[in-house]
Amino acid sequence: MYPRRLIGLAAVLAICVAGYMTLGAQGSWGFVLPFRGAKLAALLLVALAVPTSTVLFQTITQNRILTPSIMGFDALYVLILTALIFVLGGQEYVRLPVIGQFVLNVGLLMGAALVLFGTLLSQARQDIMRMILTGIIFGVLFRAVTGFLQRMIDPNEYAVVQVNSYARFGRIETDLLLIAAVLAGIALAFAWRMRHRLDVLELGHDTATNLGETPQRATLQVLVIVAALVSVSTALVGPIVFLGLLVVSLAHQVTPAARHAVLLPCAVLICAITLIGGQTVLERVLALSTPLSVVIDLLGGAVFLGLLLKGMSR
Amino acid sequence: MIKVSHVTHRIGGATILSDVSVELAAGGVTALIGPNGAGKSTLLSLIARLIPLQSGSITVDDLTIGACPSDVLARKLAILPQSADAAPRLTVRDLVSFGRYPYHKGRGTEEDAQIVAQTLHRFGLNDLAGRQLDTLSGGQRQRAQVAMIHAQSTDYVLLDEPLNNLDIAASRSLMRMLRALGRTVVIVLHDINYASSYADQIVAMKDGRIHAVGTPADVVTEDLLADVFGTRATVHQIDGRPLVQV
Repeated sequence: MYPRRLIGLAAVLAICVAGYMTLGAQGSWGFVLPFRGAKLAALLLVALAVPTSTVLFQTITQNRILTPSIMGFDALYVLILTALIFVLGGQEYVRLPVIGQFVLNVGLLMGAALVLFGTLLSQARQDIMRMILTGIIFGVLFRAVTGFLQRMIDPNEYAVVQVNSYARFGRIETDLLLIAAVLAGIALAFAWRMRHRLDVLELGHDTATNLGETPQRATLQVLVIVAALVSVSTALVGPIVFLGLLVVSLAHQVTPAARHAVLLPCAVLICAITLIGGQTVLERVLALSTPLSVVIDLLGGAVFLGLLLKGMSR
Repeated sequence: MIKVSHVTHRIGGATILSDVSVELAAGGVTALIGPNGAGKSTLLSLIARLIPLQSGSITVDDLTIGACPSDVLARKLAILPQSADAAPRLTVRDLVSFGRYPYHKGRGTEEDAQIVAQTLHRFGLNDLAGRQLDTLSGGQRQRAQVAMIHAQSTDYVLLDEPLNNLDIAASRSLMRMLRALGRTVVIVLHDINYASSYADQIVAMKDGRIHAVGTPADVVTEDLLADVFGTRATVHQIDGRPLVQV
């Protein structure tokens, strides 16, 4: 299905990568290439993590409007981070090895996601409006508690939190790159192994059960994978609410009614083009200081509203 | 044989099934009839493990529902649920291909492709194979769904009110196709005349209990209609099968 479209997307991505690595370079290539290469790797990791987690979540909830970000996964990650610093103290937290910090965050996020979203998904699967409302309330709650905790801690500790609370594509935490890549690799391998099961799960609870799948167990597996992937993207570039929705909606347009074996790579390619191409154009060509996340959330928000209105008029 | 023993099911505070025990013999068509809320769909969903069993036990041949792995059961028993309308963008061929999923888990073999082709042919779907489900009429869509269940090659086929929204031609052709499958068919029907015309055995349910089990001639009587459905209707005998004057 659609091999030429995927090849076309890959070609566009190659051009974007070449532009990102070479445009506006001043100074020795020996410095520029590794410096930009690390950022490029981080952007590619995000481009793998965000659409994959979005597709998995949308398949398991059988809708195309909700995404992990809209349901408050990113906000939950920031809340857990803030709470850790609040409890341990900024100095203690920073003294932990980077890997320790990350693994602690990821573990807690997985647990919280299973408790909060596991119960919600098993009860309200059919009720999309209830899911949207719950997601919005979760998001507001997580952000409010995060804000409260941030006001309680002292300014030095706040600085540690702040770095992780906002989307940033210009300044990327490259020291997390290795551990993030390992975690993302494991999660992506599991997601890819699920691709045929996801095709069946998309048919709905009853039909999937009839074909021998176990939607309940698959939901929990997907939540763990999503939690891992959200951790990776949030740790690297911060929360971006509408990125997943934007790129997965586009992927559905480019490869309509495709199996997950096609949809997943398609969404990843589109996300990589959006991030790397967008960053190249904004930073190198237009020399704008507007962060890419603002543009993405503006476009993605418009898509979200469009999908909601379309869903209501049906 | 499907053996249901002492199954009780509650949703919220309401008792949907109370201590139901029934044996559905292998082979032939068994129809479940009864008024709305009698528990027919719930019983069917429990047999097909669509909803978890609360108390009692159900076995399908040597498989125990709840204990045997879901994918093993998927090769023994197939169900067409009441609202199987997911994935409207799927083509008919893709839908029927999913019937082979319990065997190949995503990697179809030549044999699976052959079974899908035979099924499409048998159900007269060759011309529609490339069409998306949401472009089909209700009857065609239902035929495609039944074709998927058929491609699953199970001994038992369960259907939950498959005649809903079908006209008389589509209903009759579907019922005849089900009889011709040669599998054990258990079907929830609203129309008693379809049950008595096409079923070998009828199970009448009321208020979460089994009210009567037997051949159409035994079960479909004026007294039963009064007891189970609370309506007085005349029953005629035509060619040895009872027919309700509606």
